[in-house]
Amino acid sequence: MTTRTTKREGVIEAWGRVSRPAIEVLGEDPEAITQGTPLSRGLGRAYGDSALPASVGGVVTNTTFADRLIAFDEETGILHAEAGLSLREIFRVFLPRSYYVPVTPGTSFVTLGGMVAADVHGKGHHSAGTFGQHVTGLKMRVADDAVVWCSPQENSELFWATIGGMGLTGHILEVQVRLRKLTSPWIHAASERLPDIHAMVRRLHETATQWPMSVGWVDCTARGSKLGRGLLDVGRWADPSEAPAEPPRQKPRIPLPDAFPRWLINPVTVRMFNWLWYWKHWQLRREGVVHPESFFYPLDMLAHWNRAYGRGGTFTQYQCVLPKDRPDAPAEFLRLLQRLGGHSFLMVIKDCGPQGLGMLSFPMEGVSLTVDLRIGRRTQGIVDALNAFVIEQRGRIYLAKDMLTRPADYAAMDPRLEQFLAVRKRLDPELRFRSAQSVRLFGDPAPESK
Amino acid sequence: MRKVAFVGATKGMGRALSRRMAERGDQLYLLGRDADELAKAAADLGVRAGGAVPGVGMLDLEDPSGFSAALDGADEALGQFDTVVITAAMFATQDELEADAEFALRLLRVNFAHTVALCEDARKRLLSRGGGTLCVFSSVAGDRGRKPVAIYGASKAGLSHYLESLDHKFRADGLVTVCVKPGFVKTAATAHLSPPPFAGEPDLVAATVLAAIDAGTPMVYAPGIWRLVMLAIKHMPRVVMRKVGF
Repeated sequence: MTTRTTKREGVIEAWGRVSRPAIEVLGEDPEAITQGTPLSRGLGRAYGDSALPASVGGVVTNTTFADRLIAFDEETGILHAEAGLSLREIFRVFLPRSYYVPVTPGTSFVTLGGMVAADVHGKGHHSAGTFGQHVTGLKMRVADDAVVWCSPQENSELFWATIGGMGLTGHILEVQVRLRKLTSPWIHAASERLPDIHAMVRRLHETATQWPMSVGWVDCTARGSKLGRGLLDVGRWADPSEAPAEPPRQKPRIPLPDAFPRWLINPVTVRMFNWLWYWKHWQLRREGVVHPESFFYPLDMLAHWNRAYGRGGTFTQYQCVLPKDRPDAPAEFLRLLQRLGGHSFLMVIKDCGPQGLGMLSFPMEGVSLTVDLRIGRRTQGIVDALNAFVIEQRGRIYLAKDMLTRPADYAAMDPRLEQFLAVRKRLDPELRFRSAQSVRLFGDPAPESK
Repeated sequence: MRKVAFVGATKGMGRALSRRMAERGDQLYLLGRDADELAKAAADLGVRAGGAVPGVGMLDLEDPSGFSAALDGADEALGQFDTVVITAAMFATQDELEADAEFALRLLRVNFAHTVALCEDARKRLLSRGGGTLCVFSSVAGDRGRKPVAIYGASKAGLSHYLESLDHKFRADGLVTVCVKPGFVKTAATAHLSPPPFAGEPDLVAATVLAAIDAGTPMVYAPGIWRLVMLAIKHMPRVVMRKVGF
């Protein structure tokens, strides 16, 4: 009676605004809402079809009300919480105490479960690895509906298949993760303006040794000698001596109305925006203490920023990693993108360290590139061509962003896929756990649409 | 720092409000009817407070015979509470209540008669020690008779009426009554309903209510925009209310 679950029928939307009719199962008890369901979904920040149901009108568990803290050990920094807990809440509760997750993605509107399933990485991949590398244990509901505990020591196959496994190994009910004790809850950041992509890649590698966190913003519309010009942001947690005495307060958010025309983002406005973004940083270099939200989550200040793509407008984010032994690959990627006519509001470039242990975890040693592409008639062709380039470079794409990659291309990119699918088959012989993405990419049978 | 007997901290708006209170150092004694849920809520609040909550105890709004013992438990654990918060209540749609007369009667008892009985016990205790704060969650549904909330709204109208009278009668004696009127709030209990305009988030409601408790505001709409929404609805002519569906 007290563990009531609620069903919501409606259309659920991915962050790229692609959508699908679904029945969501919601509630405050993680065990109650995951019984018999085929997929969990958190705050819906996956851009593509990772958290959409395998069939039209299919069932998905929504974990966002199951968000309790269970324990926190100040000595070890280990936080134990239900999987629906948002990173934003962790920020609010733990940052003032100078603890935070060692790895954060570019938005705080993600759940713990989502961070594990996508094995998220952040500006600090070269120093801290992915989120999954700091997870010490998971409570899961597996294929036969049993609830089990897994960790690097216990049920380790299930554990490493779940880290980056896109929710296809079972429901994540609870997460134990080691938070990092911070020197202060503020960020000491520096940024520099760089004239081209070669300088950007060079400085990314150079700064990696001194700065635990870095990210580059690239003007993907600039051509010729300015190809890939951009801004490089680096940062570290500030020393107590330089940080303000008060902990940072969470900033209010400005909601964007769903009232933009679909033509708002076009080659001309994208070019203007990139030009402004680049020259807004008129100094060659800036340095100082900044608010951690401005550093980690600049876009969180606009609620629903994806509405900028207009009513009914959909978009995809294309993120790939290109291995370190191909230093010219980022420049070639940019030229290819420009030849294909893909224009992106911003392109993000990050330095990745060695690959982690998650069986399908995205990052590998090299450079990660990210662009947003409006979905239109030509987008499939652009993604196919970019994928062909990534395969040739022996790189791979990030499933949490993907919407349009073809199964053969993904298989060609990721030699680990076969092993993952074999493990998944052992854990879940009847493929109970499925998503729209697993049907599209891994050839799972699509259940009958309702 | 308040010493709070909290009825309903395990779910929804109560969960959000109790978190805010624990985080700022208020001492909470949690009352509810599910021991397992209470233990989980206590753990969550303990992490936020940076130390264990003073305790939990059983209280079922369907069983008034247990109210006095429950408040005794709170008094003992807290060393006499100075604040009582009641967020617990039953909620159901008009269709559900019309279909099940027994269920409707239970809801009327829990939301009105039993909640008033609990408030009476708490009020006497607070007054006997020179005053305190009694914060009770009613609803905008009690502001005007409307088609979709005939029964639920009636239970809340009665409760609001009682709370307003308490404020008039005992404020001079030191009893601060805060009647909270949430509009539509997106909780697990309302997740299956499509949210109307101005639907609120539990966290925002919690912040608004906490400010009202500290200020001693006798009646607070949360989110605040509902004050205007209800003002308009209260002044709608009867002929209009008969036509519209809300």
